[in-house]
Amino acid sequence: MTLHYDIDGENFQTAGEASANVKKVLRQLGISTDIIRRVAIAMYEGEINMVIHANGGVADVAITPDRIEMTLEDSGNGIPDIALAMQEGYSTAPENVHELGFGAGMGLPNMKKYTDEMKIESTVGVGTKVFMAVNLK
Amino acid sequence: MTTAELCARLSLEPLCLAEPDRPVTGGYAGDLLSWVMGRAQSGDAWVTIMTNRNVVAVASMADVACIVLAEGVEPDADTLEAAQKQGVNLLRGESGAFALCAAIAAALAE
Repeated sequence: MTLHYDIDGENFQTAGEASANVKKVLRQLGISTDIIRRVAIAMYEGEINMVIHANGGVADVAITPDRIEMTLEDSGNGIPDIALAMQEGYSTAPENVHELGFGAGMGLPNMKKYTDEMKIESTVGVGTKVFMAVNLK
Repeated sequence: MTTAELCARLSLEPLCLAEPDRPVTGGYAGDLLSWVMGRAQSGDAWVTIMTNRNVVAVASMADVACIVLAEGVEPDADTLEAAQKQGVNLLRGESGAFALCAAIAAALAE
């Protein structure tokens, strides 16, 4: 099963709708709550990142008998130093999102923490593609 | 202890009790949303002073038992609406986060 979402970059208030939908679908499929939680958090963090840093993007989710794969792609500014961005506490989020409780520099670390595989490809000025997978077995 | 029982026990205000029977198994306090998603456990009562609707999404993704707003803060109108729509328990207490956490811990320890 594959799912596709357009992530609206303008609206911080609706950020999380794609993740919420994925969570709902996984629940309907009878996936365990622990797996759902890991997928939902990783996906939500990715979705929020695209809203904060890239003015939105697209998300594709593939559900196979073996694992759940998430691919998030945007046309934002890109990440100059991925290793630095992966460090807990490092953030380039603007001040206005701090007031909402975001920008703590824990988004990418959380995505790595809750997934079994994570790959980031990014080109400055072109965009970023994040692939994440959570194994079901 | 269920969320409804915790709510009654601590005299919290049930702003949205969508899942009254949801068991509370622990607690977590924090206002930085990614810290909450990284550290809170499924089934926790999450104590925060953040009031925007993103807290509902975070509570849902992190699978906490309930949000407990501290210091009597007023949630944004769309926060309450989101909680109702997404079926997230949203409670409110007049005390600060420290006192609320102490009370939650005492209730869970019994």
